Amino acid sequence: MNNYWWKVLAVLLLLYSIVMGLLGPVPALPIVNETIRNVYFHVPMWFTMFTLYTISVVYSIKYLSSANPRHDFVAVESVNVGIVFCIFGLLTGMLWANFTWGAPWPNDPKLNGSAIGTLMYLAYLVLRNALEEEQKRARISAIYNIFAFPIMIVLMYILPKTTDSLHPGAGGNSGFGEFDLDGSMKAVLYPGAIGWILIGVWVMTLRFRTRKMEYKNDTATP
Amino acid sequence: MQTLNAVRSLIRKDIILEWRSKYAINGIVLYVVSTVFVCYQAFKSVDPTTWNALFWIILLFASINAINKSFVQESRGRQLYYYTIASARAVILSKIIYNMLVMLLLSSIAYLVYSIIFHNPLGDPLLYMVVVALGAIGFAAVFTMVAAISAKAGNNSTLMAILSFPIIIPMLLVLIQVSKNAMDGVERSTSYDELIVLGAINIITVAISLLLFPYLWRD
Repeated sequence: MNNYWWKVLAVLLLLYSIVMGLLGPVPALPIVNETIRNVYFHVPMWFTMFTLYTISVVYSIKYLSSANPRHDFVAVESVNVGIVFCIFGLLTGMLWANFTWGAPWPNDPKLNGSAIGTLMYLAYLVLRNALEEEQKRARISAIYNIFAFPIMIVLMYILPKTTDSLHPGAGGNSGFGEFDLDGSMKAVLYPGAIGWILIGVWVMTLRFRTRKMEYKNDTATP
Repeated sequence: MQTLNAVRSLIRKDIILEWRSKYAINGIVLYVVSTVFVCYQAFKSVDPTTWNALFWIILLFASINAINKSFVQESRGRQLYYYTIASARAVILSKIIYNMLVMLLLSSIAYLVYSIIFHNPLGDPLLYMVVVALGAIGFAAVFTMVAAISAKAGNNSTLMAILSFPIIIPMLLVLIQVSKNAMDGVERSTSYDELIVLGAINIITVAISLLLFPYLWRD
């Protein structure tokens, strides 16, 4: 029980956010109407992606100082799972944009920034494939990962704030918090976000353990 | 102090090596001039937005080609020798500064040729030149580290492009925006935010390069 309480918590939080997200009260607003419920699913994807990329960069730094292959496995699996959440975030966002902004891909700095950020992490995976030797691969890709992380932050979180964006909270648009007067949406959004983050970390640990076993099999002397 | 001396003599060595052969710099200058000319032949006359974007694209490819070579032109044995006489930080710092000098020269030549062949009025030439200089320095800072990484990974030019394009895009977006402001002759105070972002990206990339390169060079 000690080890998997957070997995139970993740499932419960997700159930809560899905049920409350689809049935709970939301403010009636023009244009967005009921699609505002998408905020419970779209925003947590980005929180999860960001958490996983942060875990990845922390473990890349750890790898550089320890040269322990396990740290490298955590870093690469975090990026793998983070990219999946990034794609989910883009898909939910495109669905939403199609309803409210009229097109699945309007020319918005945040959209373009996250697409380019994804390219950067795909490049990280390509770089890993280009290197044969395991230790060299782990070290060089860790270096690229650390190098790319601050640029990803600039792309996704700093540049969209300075230019005009369709997203709330940027370019003179009012932030999301102003629509949510009584805090009932926050009560669903934040638990849901924690639930998704825990799910993301769970999937990452599963993939990490698989990779660790494969590594043990490969290196074991017959 | 010792590092500074090492950096200075390494930069001198790079400049002397380049001066002896004049191969890389001439090749790149020829590359820039012919690209500008091809663009001129293809477009004849363009509107200001395209003029600006085209200039940055030419500069982007020229700088990738110029900096791509910076870690492979010297043999492994000679690089080992540098690492025994100077710290890894001095090596990367000297490469970054040398590439910045090359890029400044290259971008000023590109700008001259481009503005002579493709005539286009500029609203605020001084600000435009400052932006070009900042862009050249920024390209050098980012691409030097990426060139070091791709040199370790067998140095194919595809890898260099894949690794560097996503990383350079934020800087390129800011550069195109500020230089457009300079072209239109907008009030300078509107561009201060972007200039600060540019400076910050430059400082961050140089700092991270200094931190990470010591891990990169050993095999």
